Amino acid sequence: MIQLAVLLGFVLAAASPLLHRWCGDRTSSVLALFPALLAVWLLLQAPTVVADGAMLLEWAWVPSLSISLSFLLDGLSLLFGLLITGIGACVLVYAGEYLKGHPDLPRFHIALMAFMASMLGLVMADGLLTLFVFWELTSITSYLLIGFNHSDVEARKSARQGLFVTVGGGLALMAGLTLLGVVSGSWSLHEIGELDIDLREHALYTPMLICLLLGAFTKSAQFPFHFWLPNAMAAPTPVSAYLHSATMVKAGIYLLARLQPELGGTELWVNTLTLVGGVTMFTGAFMAIQFTNIKKLLAYSTIMALGTLTLLLGIGTQGAIVAFVGFLLAHSLYKGALFMVAGILDHETGTKDVTVMGGLRPLMPITAGVALLAALSLAGVPPLLGFIGKELMFESVLGASRFRGFLIVLAFAAAFLMIAVAAVVALRPFYGKRHQTPRVPHEAPLAMLIGPALLAGLSLILGVAPSLLTGLVSSTVSAVVGEPVEAYLSLWHGVNLPLVMSVVSLGLGYWLFRHWDRVRGKLLLLAPIMRNGPEAGYEAIMAAFVRFSEWQTRLLQNGYMRNYILVMLLTLIGLVGTSLLVRHSPIIAFEFDVRFHEAVVVGTMAMGALFAAIARSRLGAVVSVGAMGFSIAMIFILFSAPDLGITQLLVETLTVILLVLVLFRLPRFSNLSTSLERIRDGLVAATVGILICLLILTAWSIQQFEPISGYMVENSVPLGHGLNIVNVILVDYRALDTLGEMFVLALAAIGVIAMLKLRHDASPPSVTEGKKTAAKEPYDG
Amino acid sequence: MEPLMAIGIGLLYATAIFLMLRRSIVKLVIGLMLLSNAANLLIFTTAGMTRGAPPLIPKGMTAPIGEVADPLPQAVVLTAIVIAFGVLAFAVVLIRRAYEIVKADDLDKMKDTDT
Repeated sequence: MIQLAVLLGFVLAAASPLLHRWCGDRTSSVLALFPALLAVWLLLQAPTVVADGAMLLEWAWVPSLSISLSFLLDGLSLLFGLLITGIGACVLVYAGEYLKGHPDLPRFHIALMAFMASMLGLVMADGLLTLFVFWELTSITSYLLIGFNHSDVEARKSARQGLFVTVGGGLALMAGLTLLGVVSGSWSLHEIGELDIDLREHALYTPMLICLLLGAFTKSAQFPFHFWLPNAMAAPTPVSAYLHSATMVKAGIYLLARLQPELGGTELWVNTLTLVGGVTMFTGAFMAIQFTNIKKLLAYSTIMALGTLTLLLGIGTQGAIVAFVGFLLAHSLYKGALFMVAGILDHETGTKDVTVMGGLRPLMPITAGVALLAALSLAGVPPLLGFIGKELMFESVLGASRFRGFLIVLAFAAAFLMIAVAAVVALRPFYGKRHQTPRVPHEAPLAMLIGPALLAGLSLILGVAPSLLTGLVSSTVSAVVGEPVEAYLSLWHGVNLPLVMSVVSLGLGYWLFRHWDRVRGKLLLLAPIMRNGPEAGYEAIMAAFVRFSEWQTRLLQNGYMRNYILVMLLTLIGLVGTSLLVRHSPIIAFEFDVRFHEAVVVGTMAMGALFAAIARSRLGAVVSVGAMGFSIAMIFILFSAPDLGITQLLVETLTVILLVLVLFRLPRFSNLSTSLERIRDGLVAATVGILICLLILTAWSIQQFEPISGYMVENSVPLGHGLNIVNVILVDYRALDTLGEMFVLALAAIGVIAMLKLRHDASPPSVTEGKKTAAKEPYDG
Repeated sequence: MEPLMAIGIGLLYATAIFLMLRRSIVKLVIGLMLLSNAANLLIFTTAGMTRGAPPLIPKGMTAPIGEVADPLPQAVVLTAIVIAFGVLAFAVVLIRRAYEIVKADDLDKMKDTDT
C-alpha cells in the first residue's frame, strides 16, 4: 500500500505537467489532495502502529542482490510520514498561490512531488540500499528546487553547493551503510534491530560510525557543514518551508534516530553527537541574529534546531528522546508556518529585509496573528508546543552525563537568542512605524494563509492538549530507544530549574530584541572572522578541484596525437610489464627448432620492417613494407595456413598498388622531430617491442583452457558440409563476424568514395572501387 | 620456431610504434600498416605453429588425417587482414584529402577543427 503510494508520488510528479494543462492554476491544490489523503491514511494506521509496534510491508525488488522495497512503519517513520504528508499538503496549496502564473510552475510541481515521494520512501525504507537510493533522490530533487530560478547566478551556485555537500556526505553514507550491511550480515533495518550480536563491539564500528555520521551531518547541516543551508534559501519560499526546515534537512536526524538503538550509546557516539550538536545549536542561534534577511534568519534558527536535535540524540537518555520527539514535532510545525509567513511578507511587500518592514498589522491582521502564534512556539512560551519542547530540552541538558556545564551554557545562550529571533520575526514587521516598501501590502490570499494558520494552530492545540500525542510519542520514543516504553508530553512540569531558565531567557531575549539594531552593528566587527568560516574552506577545496582538473586536462588532453599514444604506451608498459614480471617470470623455451629457409623468411620480414622505419623516401618505405608483407604471406604458407597466405598476398598486392597510386599526391617524407625526440621514441618503441616479445614467450608456454577448435574440426563436415575448416568457421560458425566485417568494408568503401567524389572541384575518379570487391574474394575459395 | 617469431614480432611492434610516434603523417600510416601485420602475426604465433598440416579435410572423409593446425586463429586473422586493409584504404584517402585541404603533413599543425 505505502509502496504504491510512494510510486504513485513519482507517477504524479511525471504526470503533473499534463495535469497542469487541464487544471491550470488549481494544479497545486489538486496535487495537494495526494499528501492530504496519505496523511489521513497514516493517521488511520496510527492506532495499529501504537498498539502493535512496527508494521513491516514486504516487497521484494531485486531479490538476487537482497535489495527489497520493503517498508517499515513504526512510530518514528509514522511521525516523519505525517510531517512530510501534512506539511506537504499545506505547502502545495500555499505554493500554488505563491508561484501563481509562474511560467515554470509545472517544473516546480515535478521536482516537489518527486521530492515528496523520495522523502516518504526514505523514512519508510527498511532496506539499507533502498534507504540510500531515496536519500540521494532527495539530494537531487533538493538541488533542482534550490536552483529553480536558474537564471539567477546565486541560485545556481547555492544549488551546486548544496548538492556537493549533501552528495559528498552521501558517498560517505554509502560506505557506512555498506559496512553496516557487511558487519551485521543483513541489509534490512528491522533484521539489524533483531540481531543478537552487538555491533558496538565490532572492530569496524568506528569507521562505520564515522561514515554514517558524515552522511547524517552533511544532510542535516551540522557544524561545520552548516553553510549550505542558509544559501539554499535561494529557493522559492515554499521549498524553504518544506525541504529546508521541515523535512529534508531532518533526514540526517532521522537516520541518527533510526540507528540509535543499534549503534548509539558508545563514548564515540555520545561525545560526537553532543559536541557537534551543541556547537551547531549555538552557531545557528548566534549567526541568526546577525541577519536582517528574514529567510536567512529563519535558516540559521533551523540550524539551531537541527543542532538541538542531534544534541538530544547524543545525550540519549529516555527523557532526552522524549524531548527529541517533542522538539522535532514542535519545530516542524512552527518553522513551516514561519517560513510561509516570511514568504507572504516577501510576496506582499517585495522585500525580505525585516528592518524595512513595519506597521503591517492593520493591513494583514491574519498573517500577523499566525506569525505571532508560531513565533511564540519558537520562543517557547506556554501554552504552545514549543514550550514543551524547550522545557524538555533544558531538562535533558541538565541531566547530561558529559560536558554538562558547557552544554547548559550553550543551550541557555541558544534559547535566549532564539527568543530574540522569534520577536524579530513576529513583531518587527507588524508593529512600530510603517515603512515604505517596494510593493503596497495587502492581506495574503486565502490559499497562502491556510497552511501557516493550520500549522500554527496545531502548535497551539497540541500545546494545550499534549495528551493527543501520547500514543504517537510513545511509539516514536520506543522506536528510537529500541524497546517498548511509555512516554507522554505534558505542558506543566511544576516550578523547577528549566522553568526558571525559560523565564530568564525570555527576559534576556526580549532585552536583546529591543537592542537588536545596536547589537547587530557591534557584531559586524566579527565579519572578518566570519568570512574565514567553513564556507571559505569549501570554496578553497572547489577551487583546488578546478585547478587540478585544468592541470590534468592540459597534461593529458593536449591535442597532440603522439602524446596520447605515448601516455597509452607508458601505461601499457607500466601495467602489463609489472604484472608480467611479478606474476610470471618469462619462461623462455629455447627449442630453437628453426630451418634455414624459415630463418631467411623471418629475417626478410624483419629487414623490411626496419627499412620501412628508417627509409628516407616514401617509395623506399613502400617497397620495404611490401617486402615485409610478402614475407608474412610466406610464413603463413609455410606454417599450415594456405588461406591466410593467399589473402595476405592479395591484400599486400593491393596495398602496394594503392600506396603507389596515391603516393604522389601525399606529402613527402619530412623530418620534423629533433634527435632527442627520436631517441625517446626509439626507447619507448624498443621497450614495447621487448615487452611484446616476452609476452608471446610467456603466453605460449601457458595453456589455461582446452582450445575450442576441436569441436569445429570434428563438425566441419557433418554440420558445416565443408572440407576447408577455416572457410567453414568464417561462413558458418562465425558467420555474424564475417557479416560485421563486410559492413566495415562497405562503410570504408562509402567513406572512400565520399571523400574522393563528393567535392566541389572535379577530380579524377580514384583507384578504390576495384579494391573492396577484391578484398572480399578470399572467402569464395 | 616460436622464439624466433617472438623476436620478429617484437621488432615489428617496435618499428610500428616508432613510426606512429612521428609527426609526419605518412609515417603514421606506414606505422599503422606495420602494427596491423604485427598483431596478426601475434595471434597466429601464440596459437602455436605447425609445419605442413593445413586444416583441410580430404575429399570423402569427415575428419582431417592426423594433427592439423588450429583453424580458429587462422579464421580470426583472416578477418583481421581484410579489415586492416579496409582501414588502411580509408586512412590513406583521408590523409590525401586532409593534405589537400590543410596543406600540412605535420600532425602538430592539425590541432584545430578549423582550416
